[in-house]
Order: sequence, then C-alpha cells, then structure tokens
Amino acid sequence: MPELTYIQAISDGLRQEMRRDQRVFVLGQDVGVYGGAFKVTLGFQEEFGPWRVMDAPLSETAIVGGATGAALMGLRPVAEMQFADFISCAWDHLVTVAAKQFFRGRTPVPIVVRLPSGGGFSGGPFHSQNPESSFAHIPGLKIVCPSTPHDAKGLLATSIEDPNPVLYFEHKHLYRRIKGEVPEERYTIPFGQARVHREGDDAVVVTWGAMVHTASDAADRLAEEGFKVEVLDLRTLIPWDKARVLESVRRCSKVLVLHEDTRTGGFGGEIAATIGEEAFEDLDAPVMRVAAPDTPVPFSPALEKAFLPQVEDVVKSLQELAAY
Amino acid sequence: MAVREAEPVSSLQEVKEAGLDREDLLGIYRHLLITRGIEERGHILYRQGKIPGSFYTGRGNEAAAVGVATAMGPNDVGTPLHRDMGVHITRGVEPWRIIAQYMGREGGPTRGRDGNVHMAVPELGLHPMVSHLPAMLPVAVGMALAFKIRGDHRVALGWFGEGSAARGDAHEGMNMAGVRQLPVVFICDNNQWAYSTPTYLGYPVEHIADRAAAYGFDGVVVDGTDVLAVYREAKAAIEKARQGGGPTLIECLTLRMEGHAVHDDAFYVPKDMLEQWAAQDPIERFRTWLRSNADMTDDEEDQIISVVKRLLNDALERAEESPLPDPAGLEQGVFASAEDLDTPHHK
Repeated sequence: MPELTYIQAISDGLRQEMRRDQRVFVLGQDVGVYGGAFKVTLGFQEEFGPWRVMDAPLSETAIVGGATGAALMGLRPVAEMQFADFISCAWDHLVTVAAKQFFRGRTPVPIVVRLPSGGGFSGGPFHSQNPESSFAHIPGLKIVCPSTPHDAKGLLATSIEDPNPVLYFEHKHLYRRIKGEVPEERYTIPFGQARVHREGDDAVVVTWGAMVHTASDAADRLAEEGFKVEVLDLRTLIPWDKARVLESVRRCSKVLVLHEDTRTGGFGGEIAATIGEEAFEDLDAPVMRVAAPDTPVPFSPALEKAFLPQVEDVVKSLQELAAY
Repeated sequence: MAVREAEPVSSLQEVKEAGLDREDLLGIYRHLLITRGIEERGHILYRQGKIPGSFYTGRGNEAAAVGVATAMGPNDVGTPLHRDMGVHITRGVEPWRIIAQYMGREGGPTRGRDGNVHMAVPELGLHPMVSHLPAMLPVAVGMALAFKIRGDHRVALGWFGEGSAARGDAHEGMNMAGVRQLPVVFICDNNQWAYSTPTYLGYPVEHIADRAAAYGFDGVVVDGTDVLAVYREAKAAIEKARQGGGPTLIECLTLRMEGHAVHDDAFYVPKDMLEQWAAQDPIERFRTWLRSNADMTDDEEDQIISVVKRLLNDALERAEESPLPDPAGLEQGVFASAEDLDTPHHK
C-alpha cells in the first residue's frame, strides 16, 4: 500500500472522485493553472478542463452560492476556500441557503466546501482559525475533520457522495507533516464513526484534526508513567459518535476533551455536557477541557505557541486526571 | 451609455411575432387575475387570523411576474421572490397549495417549515427564496453554471429588488455570470420602495440596469405594468442566453401598491405617486388592451372571471382541509438521504 502525505491523500481522493463521477467539479480561487493555494488541484485542469476545474473570481459568496445552485441542478460541486477563515464571507450561503434548503423545500444540496484550517505556522488571525464549532451549531450542515491520510481520502469520498452540504476541514499543519498508508482503490468512511487512534483504558482523550497527534504524543509520555490513555478521534463532528464516546467514558472513567479551536463555545463543551448528562455515574473525575484561549489567533511564534494547545498542556491535564 | 428603455407593446401583430397566440393572451389574463385574487384572499384570511406570522403581496407587480414567467421555457428554472406570486401561478403551482403555505399547513410546498411566499415547487423549475435578499442571485448563477458545464440548453432566472441591489450578493453573482457569460437572466423588480427607503437613498444612478455594462452584458428597463413588453424583453433575453449570448439584466419598473407587509400602511409613499400608478394598474391595463387589440368579448371575460373565482373558492376550501404539520415529524428532514437525490428537479 503506498504511503502518502495528508495533502497527497486529499488530492488523490479528489482526482479519483472526478474520474469516477462526471458530475463532480471544482470551483475556487486559483484552483486551475496554479493548482490551488496549497496545490491540492495541481494538474487537475489539464486532465479535467477549465469548466470542471474552474477558477472563480475573488468571490466567496459567488463560489458557495454558485456551488449551491449547481448542486440543485444535479452536479456535485467541491468548492475550495483558500483558507477556512474566508468562509466568513460566504456564511450566508452556507447557513442561510444551503443548510436550510432541504428542510424547507425538500431539495438536497450536495456540496462539499474544502476548508484549509488550523494554525502552527504564523498565519496570524486570518489564516489560522478552526471555525468548525460555529458551523456545528447550524442544523443542516455536516462537519468533517480528518486527522490521517487514510481518513482524509475516505472521508472526502463520503463527503462528495453525501446529499447534504459538507464542510471538510483539512488541517494545513498536517498537509506535509503526516504520512500514512492509503489504499489506491476507492473507499468511503461512514460519518459519525469515531476511530481509536491509540488504545488505553486509564483515561480517554476525545479530539479531532491536528490535535489527534498532539494527544498521541502526550499519551506516549503518560505511558512512560504507566498511565494508559486512549486517543479517540471523532473524525466527524456532525454527526458525532456519541455512543462510542460514552463507551470510552464507561471504560476509562476519566475524560479529557481537546481541541485547537478556542475554548468558549467550542464543540468540546457540547461533548462535556453530553457526558455530564448521560455518563455522570461513570466518571471518576470531572471532565477536563484543553483548548486554545479565547483570543484571536496571534501571529508571533512566541504567542502562537502559547495559543495552540501543546503536548505539555495535554500531559499536564492528563497527569491531573491520573492523580485525581 | 444609458441603458435601453423598452418600448410599449402595441399591436396584436407584434405580440404574435413575439410568440404568443390569442389563447396565450387570455391565459396571461387568467394568470394575472389568479395572482391578484390569491393575494386579495390572503388579506381576508390574515384579518380572520387564519394566516400566522406576516403577509406579503406583490400588488402592482403582477404583470412583471407573469410576463417573465410566460417567457420561460419548460425546462428553465428560477428563484422568484415575495412580489412574484405570478411566477408561481404561471409555472402551474396549484393555488390551494399556496394558500395552505400561507396558513402553515402540511399541503403547502414547505409543509409548514417556512411561511408566506418563501416557497417553490422544484418540479416546476422554481426554488424557494430566503429572506436574505438577494442571496438567490448567486444560486441562480450556479444553476446557470451547471447548464453551461453540462451543455444543457436551459436558462436560469434570478430575481432581486432595487433595495437588495445594494448588497454584495448582487455584485458577486452578476460579476461571475458576466465573466463566464452564463445562461442567466437577472430580473430586478424595481417597485421603488425598499420597505420605507426610496430609490434615491438606495442607489445613486438613474437605473439599476445601468450596472449591467459594468458586468459586460446588456441592461434594459421596461415598464413593469405592461405585461406584453415585459414578456417580449424577457423572451429575447432568455433566448439570447439559451443561444450562448450570456446574461441580461432586466429592470421592471413598477410601484409597490401596498405596504412592505400587511402591518405597514406605507404612509411614506406620496399620495400622488400612488394615484399616478393606480391609473396604470397592470391588470386593468392589459384588460383594456385585450378588448381593443384582441377583441376579448364580454362572454370571454365573464368566463375567465368565473373560472378564477371557482378555482380560488376551491383552493380555499382545500387548503383549510389540509392538516397542520405533525410536530412529531419536526426533527425529520433536516438532512437529506441518498434517496432524496433521486428527484425530477435534480436531473
């Protein structure tokens, strides 16, 4: 099985879907000749032509609104935001139009919006955000946050196949940093199924995206102290695998919820509240959260390191849980 | 360069050349009467407390809506707005379903999930508007993009008002449509009042259609009370788009003859303005034209009026028989399943 980087897996997966299904097309800024800001669609225009790999004006509203219209007419658009941060310019089209059209009119809107997200390279306040929680609050949108090359490809295929608007958050810091085995043949990964990234039964870290790897590094440290930590990768937030989380809570009795997004109103709060409602009797310690502080994402490396949850932060919280 | 201001339609011969026979003309008259009749009945139902929420009408805009919809081909699509009841009627939406929609009943196109004119029947090529005007313009552009990618000879129509022309969605939609020369026609219902805001506080140029030049396509201003002139301009623009000639912006000039919604008495609209536009009521204007140019007889007119009356009476009865939606089903239908994709509108 070939070993691919996370970004190669996304690129290969998208190309495979476009070869397989004539209805799939890409719409975004600089996706054509330039191959996209991060080169996910490099070489696509030569293969699929200028109408299936379409350079759009600097116009997020027209891109997401246009994708919605094309989807209503039977195509399967994959819209690209250059950075997840810019989805704010198309908020209305996701939240007002795409998310509610099926509920109102029984007309599915099968669009995928690819959102390069996350920090770790001094992108500053407008090129580093993780806005998944804002959209998790909107009924009608699905949210996907892969953490490995294998999941990135399989979840992209599922996203394109899904008859609903899907926000596909691809973490920029994983693009070329994470490698893994990826089957050449097409496969899908069902939404709402968490994956055990690392086994353990003394505590569980519930997380997604780049933080899966941070959690795993922290778990390595705790293992040296004889404390075995499960890392549970949710993979999709809407829908999220509540049953699997509650099962881990029952088994481990200690829980840390970890995300790179800011703390207040982050999706971790929803997970913690659900555990409190449905698994209170199984807990041996309060549910802990590690998340970014409630500030915009800072630019300077010194500040960004303080902003992003670090392995040390997770280790410290896990040690507190171990000692509780 | 000023935009073209369309001439009124005069003779029956001219109308025939534009593709309408006498039967079509009587059909247009019927659609105009149904459109107004539904909204007049809506007022009564609202006063009776049978319509929850608010109630919006398109009085004064009937000819603009019916004229454009009459020009659409059977496989064309559109996103009409709250002043465009005539589009739904002309495309064949059954009046009882519209009244059921007003009343929040299961039989309305949104099954009580949304209210008033936030509705459409996708099988007839129409897709429901949202309140955030003109958000449906980029959506219509995307529909046209799908047609272009697939090589379909279909056209998308996107409606907006002169008020919402101030929002960025109008610019982004028209700009992308112009860049790609997509088969889309933009219809501006310029009824001169955005809630209480007059045109001179909404835009600084003479016509909204003046903007078309900035996006690389044609603009035209047409008297929105002249159903045949609207039809002729829409037909030309739609067929041009179908042949690969790119977008057109048609501005239909009317006056909103009632308030923004039922709660608004429109005290801010000058009386003489209302009187002037009332004198060119679009339905009365077309009736007069039919009698003098197409020899509509008393019998024909009486027959149309009685057919419409019966249709609306039946519609009211059937809408009231439609059940309220079952709250047990509220949480179903937020997300579509794979089977939902297999619908006629989606082909």
